[in-house]
Amino acid sequence: MILVDLDALASCLVSPACLVTQTTSGLIIGMLLFLVAVGLTLIFGVLKVVNFSHGAFYMFGAYFAMTAYQLTGSFALAMLSGAVGTAILGLIFERVFMSRVYGRDVLMQLLVCYAFVLIFDDVVRMVWGPEFKSMGMPAAFQVPPLFIAGGVVPPYYLLLIGVALAAAVVLGLGLARSRIGKVIRAAAHNPGMVSALGINTGLIYGGVFALGGMLAGLAGALAAPVRSLTPGMGFSVLIESFIVTVIGGMGSILGALIGALLIGLIRSFGSLGFPLFTEGLMYLFMVIVLVSRPTGLFGKEVA
Amino acid sequence: MTELQAGQGAQPLEVPRIDARPQRYRDVLIALAAFALLALLPFIFGSKQLLDFVIRCAAYGLFATSLNLLVGYTGLISFGHGMFFGLGAYGFGLMMQKTGVAIPVAFVATLAMTFVVAVVIGAICVRLKEIYFAFVTLAFQMLIHSTILSWQSLTGGDQGLRGGIPRPPFLGIDLSNHLHLYITSCALLVIGLFLMRQIAQSPFGYTLRMIRDNATRASFIGIDVWRAKLTIFVLAALFAATGGMIMALFVSGAYPEFAYWTISGEGIFINMLGGVTTFLGPMVGTMLFLILNDTVTRLTEYHGIVLGIVILFFAIGLRKGLMDFAVEWFAQRRGEGRG
Repeated sequence: MILVDLDALASCLVSPACLVTQTTSGLIIGMLLFLVAVGLTLIFGVLKVVNFSHGAFYMFGAYFAMTAYQLTGSFALAMLSGAVGTAILGLIFERVFMSRVYGRDVLMQLLVCYAFVLIFDDVVRMVWGPEFKSMGMPAAFQVPPLFIAGGVVPPYYLLLIGVALAAAVVLGLGLARSRIGKVIRAAAHNPGMVSALGINTGLIYGGVFALGGMLAGLAGALAAPVRSLTPGMGFSVLIESFIVTVIGGMGSILGALIGALLIGLIRSFGSLGFPLFTEGLMYLFMVIVLVSRPTGLFGKEVA
Repeated sequence: MTELQAGQGAQPLEVPRIDARPQRYRDVLIALAAFALLALLPFIFGSKQLLDFVIRCAAYGLFATSLNLLVGYTGLISFGHGMFFGLGAYGFGLMMQKTGVAIPVAFVATLAMTFVVAVVIGAICVRLKEIYFAFVTLAFQMLIHSTILSWQSLTGGDQGLRGGIPRPPFLGIDLSNHLHLYITSCALLVIGLFLMRQIAQSPFGYTLRMIRDNATRASFIGIDVWRAKLTIFVLAALFAATGGMIMALFVSGAYPEFAYWTISGEGIFINMLGGVTTFLGPMVGTMLFLILNDTVTRLTEYHGIVLGIVILFFAIGLRKGLMDFAVEWFAQRRGEGRG
């Protein structure tokens, strides 16, 4: 058993082909994590709760996409139903349940989310069955991979990275420039004043939760062709995206992007150099950030 | 104001007596009586199922009560406390399988190992605020779980520690005998609860309550909040590990599920079920949870849905544990009697 294999890591770092392959696979992990983590960080920034059941939205996104793809055979419809389905789910979840525990003990918020982690996992088990499922690569992407500097890059990976980057840009610009973005940022800062100005904060909260759910659902839908689907698949993604938000700083979108990319690259290159300690590297990195900058790389001091 | 403080605010905080000895004598008497009662149980009802239930209550009860030292007394909501339950089970099981030392030696060695791990993890975690603390403890739980899964040569991976845990007799106690195992588990439970009660009622215990209610004020009057939090984190870990060791002895093995995050979730749920404002609330919660879990598992394979709905009922509907209701009811009745 090899714990540390620095030779493999070093020989990869000097080979362009290996560099390209590992970087792409790191970007894939990072981009999927970003989509989940940015929803988590957005919900925390505005609603001040950590959605412990966020991984379930990722899971539902994947299952919705698989079912839609099997029914219609259209990849675009599969992505759309993954995103829209989880958005609706997020809206209902927030309005009916989460809105009852705002401002209450963290324990209660965690318990409500914990209850839904249990419920959602069992619902998936009931509807789709407990076994591993796979959606399969859509026909449009069953083409020979591209070779960049000798490294293998499947075209689907490029699409995935492109969609996630587009989501990051739209989200970042939307929050910074648009009117709705300004209202959301104002609600994060001072919800009492926003509501006194005649803006329905309940609607904003529901909307932000739906948006976060939608992004996680989109991540799940994008991951469906390349990963296997199983009840409980959302939980490890939740933990990793939480680590991403801790590294990047809670409430910061740029932080989520940088954190997710760092974690993705650590995972893909770490699996070469430290095959048995890849997860450990991630935690080690988190601990280093926490000790040196407790609010994360891009986080502001939260009062 | 948080829910915990609100619950506490209904009654004035009990002020510790200057002479704590009478209370300690009372606790000793209660502990002895409880142990005598538990020890007599097998001679009254010979049912093995009942004894098994009590052994599981001992394992989970120590775990849940130690979690309450963090959640209820200090306001530290740990969502990774289960890692110490798993560490206790694996540490003890491995020690017995690989080294063949006597059981008390393995017991103490496992506690020592847990101590070291808890100091390292605690030193990182207790600096963090509520939700960060909850999630970073959870992250460490996942790290330990994934280490157990991937370190196959030592832990057996997802199969767990197989082949049984050897249980050589010591001091006339033979833990492969079911009755001996039962009595030992009860003794560990009663001793553990007694010690935790003493911690909770000590001046240190009241320092913890103060940190929960107002950490800033506590640090202004000269309390080292970080050190107090770390101390209780490590102490709670030791009791949780003891629970894990009872579990390992009971099933004669250790499985990755013992270190999975759901154990921590169950611990939080047990505390909610019984209530965090009384010392014995988690014990009541443990019994209710095990009965509930066993019943639901027997009736349906989708027990997550049923448990989830019960949790929602408590968290959104009742907003309190059952022992909290009992305490309030007694307080009300006493108030009426006086008036």
